[in-house]
Amino acid sequence: MELLIRNGTVFDPLNHVDGERMDIAVKDGKIVEDVSSRAEVIDASGMIVMPGGVDIHSHIAGSKVNTGRLMRPEDHYRDYEFRRPQRRAGVGHSIPSTYTTGYRYAEMGYTTVFEPATPPLKARHTHEELNEIPMIDKGCFTLLGNNWFIMDYLREGRIEECKGFVAWMLEATKGYAVKLVNPGGVEAWGWGRYIIGLDDPVPRFEITPREIVEGLCRINSMLRLPHPIHVHTNNMARVGNYETTIATMETVADQASGSPRNIHVTHVQFTGRKGSSWVNVRSGAEEISSYVNRRGHAELDIGQIIFGDTTTMTADGSFQYLLHILSGNKWANADVEVETGAGVVPYTYRRSNYVNAIQWGIGLELALLIEDPWRIHMTTDHPNGGPFTEYPRVIAWLMSRKARDKTLSKINKTARRRLILPGIDREYTLSEIAILTRAATAKSLGLTDKGHLGVGADADIAIYAMDVEKVDPSKEYRLLRRAFRRTAYTIKEGEIVVKDGEIVKTVFGRTFWVKPWVKGDLMERVKEDVRERFEEYYTVRFGNYPIPDSYLRRPQVIRAGG
Amino acid sequence: MEVRDVVCTVCGCCCDDLIVEIEDNHIKSARNACTLSTSKLMDHRERLESPMIREGGILRDASLEEALDRAAQILSEARYPLLWGWSLTCNEAVSIGVELAEVLGGVIDNNTSICHGPGLIGVHDIGISSSTLGEVKNRADLIVYWGSNPVHAHPRHMARYTVMSRGRFRRSRRERALIVVDVRRTDTARLADLFIQVKPNGDYELLSALRAAVRGEELEQEEVAGVPVAEIERMAELMIGCEFGALFYGVGLTMSRGKSRNIDAALSLVRDLNSRTKFTILPMRGHFNVTGANEVTTWLSGYPFGVDYSRGYPYYNPGDTTAIDILRRGECDAALVVASDPAAHFPAGITRRLMEIPIITLDPYRSATAEISEVVIPTAVLGVEAPGTIYRMDGVPLEAKRLVEPPEGVKTDVEILSSLLERVKILRG
Repeated sequence: MELLIRNGTVFDPLNHVDGERMDIAVKDGKIVEDVSSRAEVIDASGMIVMPGGVDIHSHIAGSKVNTGRLMRPEDHYRDYEFRRPQRRAGVGHSIPSTYTTGYRYAEMGYTTVFEPATPPLKARHTHEELNEIPMIDKGCFTLLGNNWFIMDYLREGRIEECKGFVAWMLEATKGYAVKLVNPGGVEAWGWGRYIIGLDDPVPRFEITPREIVEGLCRINSMLRLPHPIHVHTNNMARVGNYETTIATMETVADQASGSPRNIHVTHVQFTGRKGSSWVNVRSGAEEISSYVNRRGHAELDIGQIIFGDTTTMTADGSFQYLLHILSGNKWANADVEVETGAGVVPYTYRRSNYVNAIQWGIGLELALLIEDPWRIHMTTDHPNGGPFTEYPRVIAWLMSRKARDKTLSKINKTARRRLILPGIDREYTLSEIAILTRAATAKSLGLTDKGHLGVGADADIAIYAMDVEKVDPSKEYRLLRRAFRRTAYTIKEGEIVVKDGEIVKTVFGRTFWVKPWVKGDLMERVKEDVRERFEEYYTVRFGNYPIPDSYLRRPQVIRAGG
Repeated sequence: MEVRDVVCTVCGCCCDDLIVEIEDNHIKSARNACTLSTSKLMDHRERLESPMIREGGILRDASLEEALDRAAQILSEARYPLLWGWSLTCNEAVSIGVELAEVLGGVIDNNTSICHGPGLIGVHDIGISSSTLGEVKNRADLIVYWGSNPVHAHPRHMARYTVMSRGRFRRSRRERALIVVDVRRTDTARLADLFIQVKPNGDYELLSALRAAVRGEELEQEEVAGVPVAEIERMAELMIGCEFGALFYGVGLTMSRGKSRNIDAALSLVRDLNSRTKFTILPMRGHFNVTGANEVTTWLSGYPFGVDYSRGYPYYNPGDTTAIDILRRGECDAALVVASDPAAHFPAGITRRLMEIPIITLDPYRSATAEISEVVIPTAVLGVEAPGTIYRMDGVPLEAKRLVEPPEGVKTDVEILSSLLERVKILRG
């Protein structure tokens, strides 16, 4: 099948194309030099053409997402989708059902999304849901920051065995990256206890969060995994946590010589707070961005909050408990043996609320103060900061000072006074938005065929109906927002799947997972080594734990060399 | 041939350590299996042998194609069909069931609505402080069974997951205390360190009194729900004083007076306890994949059971869109029953309603429901003759295996439901 996208204004930062009027040719799911005269032609005159969006951090599938759905019928009652000829029915708002999730991403021009927190023991569940999310390519990150075997190996200094174990875990869970959530702290929460500092020992394990972060960072480089360690830092529940965020980046800085980028700190807005109490909480964005601007080894995603109702969920059970106590809202907790935990709490961010307004400011300050757009990714940590369907709102805030001022005029007055945001002039360009939302994320994930429109790339393309010659996004941010809410066309693997903002075809994308190579019989030795303890710690048999490749609807293995 | 790590498909424990000896496509023995499991694996219950269609009032043998055609016709002509069962089959089958309900504009409901439904309604209201069973095995020093009798209903629960299990931080029975709350001295209660005998239907009062005691309030009565206040206070002390507690509740709590209010109280009690110590609560789910049925239905529709697609989108209102209710109101005009026997288990009045409408039954075995059906299609036994994903009571997914081949010509639930969906889609255009 051939397609010719004619005369669009193309933004393709990885290939240094910045708003040029040009044609894009597509054949058999890939971008090609040229197509025959039989190709279907899309007239993209007066439209923006970008690679399909790549979301690096969005909770779309798995047991805690489903706990959120189960817990919140009130979230679904007011937002639902009818069954239509080309699409399945579903429900929405902050925790959409699987089909609705895929459709809504495609409608916004996103074509690849990563679920960032999969409990290994329940990875099958994550993959079952990913199998039923249409329209997008996907993958999941495996939670390893509180794993008993990893903590034991690292404490004993058995880094080689630990490496083999991590490789086996990624293969067994069909995971894409190493994810750490409150390293050591979730294990402490297994006893209802907390970890405060990077150097506090994990109860009964005699290892510190610092040692876990450093160890897994080293292993991540040894295995040459495509994505750096993806870290939700300690201390999310505390006010002055920006220091922990910087200390966590710092602790792996000296490891960065070989690989320039060795840590991804996620949803930094949540761990960018300065101050000593909720009354005097300030933004720590200046300090964090100054670190990132000076040091090239760290990248971040924002975790922007959106005012309104949403559902918060993380593997950081202790944080969710705190949020439950603070808000009085209902609370679910789901600890997972040997590995991790999870919590879910509904939450409403209010403009008039001082802390919420500061949080809103931290996210935008971070994005605007970090100079290199390749090292700050746009997320809302869906659904924690707000539903992913609100991305166009974030784009408008980034591109338009006017849009920011409008919101600033409505937020809590004390917060407004204490933020430096009102004094920031920077406005993102469309090319920079393309970096934040697809090029940089694809690059960070090591997906070489995504995030750009060069020959050979996957033909995942978003076409937005906005004429850059007629619309100034800085002034007419409402038109910008509207254009990015629903594409004129979304093309997935060379097929038109969305037209005029409506799904015209349901397709199923691939699931990426990483298979790391380790030397000789290391993996076999490690499996032998853990087997006996495995049966003692877990309630499932060792043989029933790994997920076969055939379990994934369309598996796509990425090999990594260690 | 010996097959190891076999996943049992009887109760919500989903024990996955069975060792099964197979000879000549027959199961000769099963090690590590409880009595319930053995009786299923070595089953000699009467199987349905051939697809059947009712003709002139009598069920006659038919070809699979014929049966599927007739089933598709009944369903696609129905205005408001009920798709019932789903707890004794795999997730893959449930997923097709949800799409079928969507295409037909019918209701998909699973056994939850007549057993642990109140537990899930409680979660809508309160949330739940929960964990996987391995957390209990490794950490718990206090176990509470409330309105459940695992010695008989979940025979290996205590040995594999709770009081008698051996984990990283708790090595033996001596390191754990056991409290049992029930209306009678059950066999589980006989093993308890503290047995609390609650008056029938007194659970809500007792839970409320416990909550008060846990919050440090003084109880002014002599006794609550037949339990002396001193004992309530003792139980509260044990719960506050443990390092990691786990409360398991059964249908004794969900189906006695108060229903979802009982669960609200239990969930609230455990939530409150988390300000003092670590505490989790888990339902003792009966069927081996009723949890999976809830999970699949939730990720596809947003709701765990009783999902009504008659509006064209998922709608949920338990007590209104659940099987018993739509049958009682006489609104339902056809039923698809998958791996369940409602005619034997629904209230008599509801079964009479069921007899007035055409039923399609998919089941490996003869059942009362099969006897009153228009179409009967035999299926392979999941976890014995058919593979598939199932969820343990704590949401841990496991892959049930195919151990032996099904009888000649017998298909799996997934195969039959896929064919049925295909046909219905054609008939419905």
